[in-house]
Amino acid sequence: MDYKDYYKIVGVERGATQDAIKRAYRKLARKYHPDVSKVKDAEAKFKELGEAYEVLKDPEKRAAYDQLGSNWQSGQDFKPPPNWDAGFEFSDRYTNYSDVGSSDFFESLFGHAAGSRAGYQNYSNSQSRGKDHHAKILIDISDSYQGVIRDIVLKTPEIDEYGKLVNKQRTLNVKIPKGVKQGQKIRLAAQGSKGVGSGPSGDLYLEIEFKPHPVFSVEGKDIYIKLPVAPWEAALGATITLPTPISKVELKIPPGSSGGSKLRLKGQGIPGKPSGDIIAILEISIPNAKSEAEKALYRQMEQTFKFHPRKALGV
Amino acid sequence: MKKLHVGEILDEQVEFTLSELCLICNSEESLIIKLVDEGVIKPKGENHENWKFSAIHLKSVHSAIRLEHDLGVNTAGAALALDLIKEVERLRFQLKLYEDSHD
Repeated sequence: MDYKDYYKIVGVERGATQDAIKRAYRKLARKYHPDVSKVKDAEAKFKELGEAYEVLKDPEKRAAYDQLGSNWQSGQDFKPPPNWDAGFEFSDRYTNYSDVGSSDFFESLFGHAAGSRAGYQNYSNSQSRGKDHHAKILIDISDSYQGVIRDIVLKTPEIDEYGKLVNKQRTLNVKIPKGVKQGQKIRLAAQGSKGVGSGPSGDLYLEIEFKPHPVFSVEGKDIYIKLPVAPWEAALGATITLPTPISKVELKIPPGSSGGSKLRLKGQGIPGKPSGDIIAILEISIPNAKSEAEKALYRQMEQTFKFHPRKALGV
Repeated sequence: MKKLHVGEILDEQVEFTLSELCLICNSEESLIIKLVDEGVIKPKGENHENWKFSAIHLKSVHSAIRLEHDLGVNTAGAALALDLIKEVERLRFQLKLYEDSHD
């Protein structure tokens, strides 16, 4: 198990005041909050930060952590010394920041996380209904056109026969219906935690996230694609083939089109009532003149078109 | 054969009452009411008893609760953050379309 330098994670000196720790934590929390941040590993960073703050903000836990000594390096192989925490009392030993997210390091020191993220759980107003579960699921854009079947692995904290809290793993075979959009949630009734006593089970909520696509961008139900066309196709009009996330379609380019023009293919976006559109953004692709014949053609264009691209600049 | 579970899409057609929304978001009524006051979510209906919340608001409610809890901001602050996050997302999308065509 790796040693974690909680001071380094929060970015403060070992002797920092509680106020300084709080300020440093808040600043980093805003930076890495998964709802705000687009940093790639924001969620992992935020979890690590939360864990560090959970220890450092609590004078009891901080004191216990401090007495491990300052000779440890981040990532160093770590085993807690026997009776390392003798003489310390943890008033809230089994409350913790996140449900299944604590590191082994944290758990070896402060015990297994119980229940859900402290704070969210406080709002609970059901006595016997099982907890709802939330998870993200990454799918391809094409999956939202056709629907997709996925195995989803869920880890649920459960109390085992010895009264110990363990992470139970289960696999769920789930059909994601067609027509789902980025950020949308789907519900699987009664697939959350089991209820207490005769209480009903909670539900499972999956949040849809599309894998980034090299060609298509998605906004709501609409799919955007930038579409390169030759200057003559834009000027004279043409019928060209356009890929969609699941097939190909023919698209008519009207004569006199210009770069940046948007062409809308109604109902070809993400299916629904109504379906979204595909929006092609024209991009004029200009061929380089390499051979003599090609150069001659450009010169001829220069003479034939009385074209002033900088007219609007007044020069 | 494994049992196949079919997900229900929570779109505009699906609506929740105030107490259903509280249950799903693990939240107190007062907090949802504050989010309505701040204009983060707009229910149909005149008063608390017959409010109907569209399921597409779930993401905003969850985000607002997390922002309040994790960053120590109040509801107005969370509402402002959500507006700005939406605006940043919109601009990022525009930028992506622009950047792609000017590589």
